[in-house]
Amino acid sequence: MKRLLLSLLLLAIAVPAVIVGPQFIDHEDESDTPALSTNAVSADQQIIRGAYLARAGDCMACHTARGGAAYAGGRAIPTPFGTLYAPNITADKETGLGNWSAKDFWRALHQGKSKDGSFLYPAFPYPNYTKVTRADSDALFAYLQTVAPVRQASQPHDLRFPYNYRILLAGWRVLYFTPGAYAPDDKQSVEWNRGAYLVQGLGHCSACHTTRNAFGASVAKSDLAGGLIPIMNWYAPSLTSDAEAGLGKWDNAHIAALLKTGVSPRSTVFGPMAEVVSQSLQHLNDSDIQAMAVYLKSLPQTDAPPALDTAQPDQANAGRILQAGSKIYEQHCAECHQANGQGITPAYPPMSGNRALTMGSAVNPIRMVLNGGFPPSTAGNPRPYGMPPFGQALSDQEVAAVVSYIRNSWDNRAGFVSPQEVNRYRSIPLD
Amino acid sequence: MASLMSTLMPSIGRRCWPALLVLCLSPALAASAPAQLPDTIAQRVAACTACHGKQGRASSDGFYPRIAGKPEGYLFNQLTNFRDGHRQYPLMTYLLDHLSDAYLHEIAAYFSQQHPPYPAPQTTDATPAVLERGRNLVMNGDGSKKIPACIACHGQALTGVAPGIPGLIGLPRDYINSQFGAWRNGVRKAKAPDCMAQITQRLSREDINAASSWLAAQTVPPGAAPATAVTVKLPLSCGSVAE
Repeated sequence: MKRLLLSLLLLAIAVPAVIVGPQFIDHEDESDTPALSTNAVSADQQIIRGAYLARAGDCMACHTARGGAAYAGGRAIPTPFGTLYAPNITADKETGLGNWSAKDFWRALHQGKSKDGSFLYPAFPYPNYTKVTRADSDALFAYLQTVAPVRQASQPHDLRFPYNYRILLAGWRVLYFTPGAYAPDDKQSVEWNRGAYLVQGLGHCSACHTTRNAFGASVAKSDLAGGLIPIMNWYAPSLTSDAEAGLGKWDNAHIAALLKTGVSPRSTVFGPMAEVVSQSLQHLNDSDIQAMAVYLKSLPQTDAPPALDTAQPDQANAGRILQAGSKIYEQHCAECHQANGQGITPAYPPMSGNRALTMGSAVNPIRMVLNGGFPPSTAGNPRPYGMPPFGQALSDQEVAAVVSYIRNSWDNRAGFVSPQEVNRYRSIPLD
Repeated sequence: MASLMSTLMPSIGRRCWPALLVLCLSPALAASAPAQLPDTIAQRVAACTACHGKQGRASSDGFYPRIAGKPEGYLFNQLTNFRDGHRQYPLMTYLLDHLSDAYLHEIAAYFSQQHPPYPAPQTTDATPAVLERGRNLVMNGDGSKKIPACIACHGQALTGVAPGIPGLIGLPRDYINSQFGAWRNGVRKAKAPDCMAQITQRLSREDINAASSWLAAQTVPPGAAPATAVTVKLPLSCGSVAE
């Protein structure tokens, strides 16, 4: 009996050790040495390059609090596991990255480990950043070391038990993370590969556009297949489904316009994507935007009809709802989006055929009607036309009717929306 | 429910129900007149006037404040304060989140130039004694509590002083009260030194209610506009006003 207990105890120690242990080993691979090419690049050029890459990675979006000093951290990132606070990454020696080396920084990006070897939470998107090259990592680091140091201690994360134990990330990493490099596809063009490198790596598009499972991991088999962003409650559409935001049937020029200016003849960015365009994409050069467009357009497309997650009205009720919705549309929407649903592009996006409106989840159109919004000010669209909020003017029932109408008029066919569903999104945080 | 959808949706797709006939026709009707997009700032800021009223004249329910005719600098400061988290109203922050300073200057300038008529003053149920206390605070302040008169900064006519100091008449009582509440709780902040935050600490609830009741009961004279002053001599220093 005693022996059995002892064996079980040993097993209880040994099994986790086998899982956890290797996670502490640094994977010294070839790319762990500084790229030779960096020697040929002057320090100034490297810093300029790093500043550009920091835009491409949208580092500022998380590492700068609203109204706070650049890169000094503090933005709260709500997750189902608790709230994480992005740390200070300025060059301050005590509270920032001032005492880090280029190698420490590379290890964070490539292996998801802090300077002291502890595991980083994957809210820091190292499953994407692991694909960033050592040369780009070094340039980013060189730039961040030039950011004015701000002495501001990073706020401790506020995670629930047991997620507050970083050691548990060892198991998570076994399941969901492998350090890797971007492997160019020789069958594709240089431009396509550049786009893939940006989308999969620094751009960390899959952090939102892929469903996260119960453990907060992006599910690889559904890469870029869309997902509800937890807590924030915006639906990041699939980039691989023609029924959502798949870009297979778009002109390259329209994809590029959406990414760079926030507006296009097909659709307009809003919610979290407005922030991505504002802080990141509008600052990228035309050739990188074009490369991303080429890659995104090439993603394998599925035409799977979106799943409906709410009960649908019977035929008689559906007719009544559509009639009520039609009246509201005529009164409040048609002046800009037009009776024929064609909009006045690019200021007012089309409703007809706009898949942001007809996805399985109706959260985005509901929130647009409730809260309205402005696309971002960008060089290509510095004075955007705004959409009024209607949450204060329309009841839950009216919002449900007009959203159902928009989802079932012209070329659109999608599920009806219930007043209860509308009500759910009245109280979610806007920030 | 999926099977219900598959029976419902194709039936809409294949033919127009009588109830939908008008909807099916409407695209053809609208297509004949190409839509014109007014290239005006008024059209661009339809998102603002949905709540703040046509030209920014305020909502009729007294909740959304008038923004028309307020000094440009004041409006710009408030827009950036909302955007950067120094004033708290989630919908405002959400709407302004990704707008540039240049565009916000243009929006502020537009509303500062609008002068739609003011509505009649709100009816008040405040007692004459409360209103007199309010009038006295607004016109004379309270030396014993080091409270300056409102008119010392906000203009003799209480219509504000361009470019940075807002007018106080024409504002609903609830709006004024809620701003004092926000200063008291530290959720409304201005550039340091935050003079209004300091003044708020010296005011009692009764003082605030008296002043807001009297202000909201005043009739705004026709043609009211912010005073212009080359230099402002303020009783205390305010970070948001250049001296």
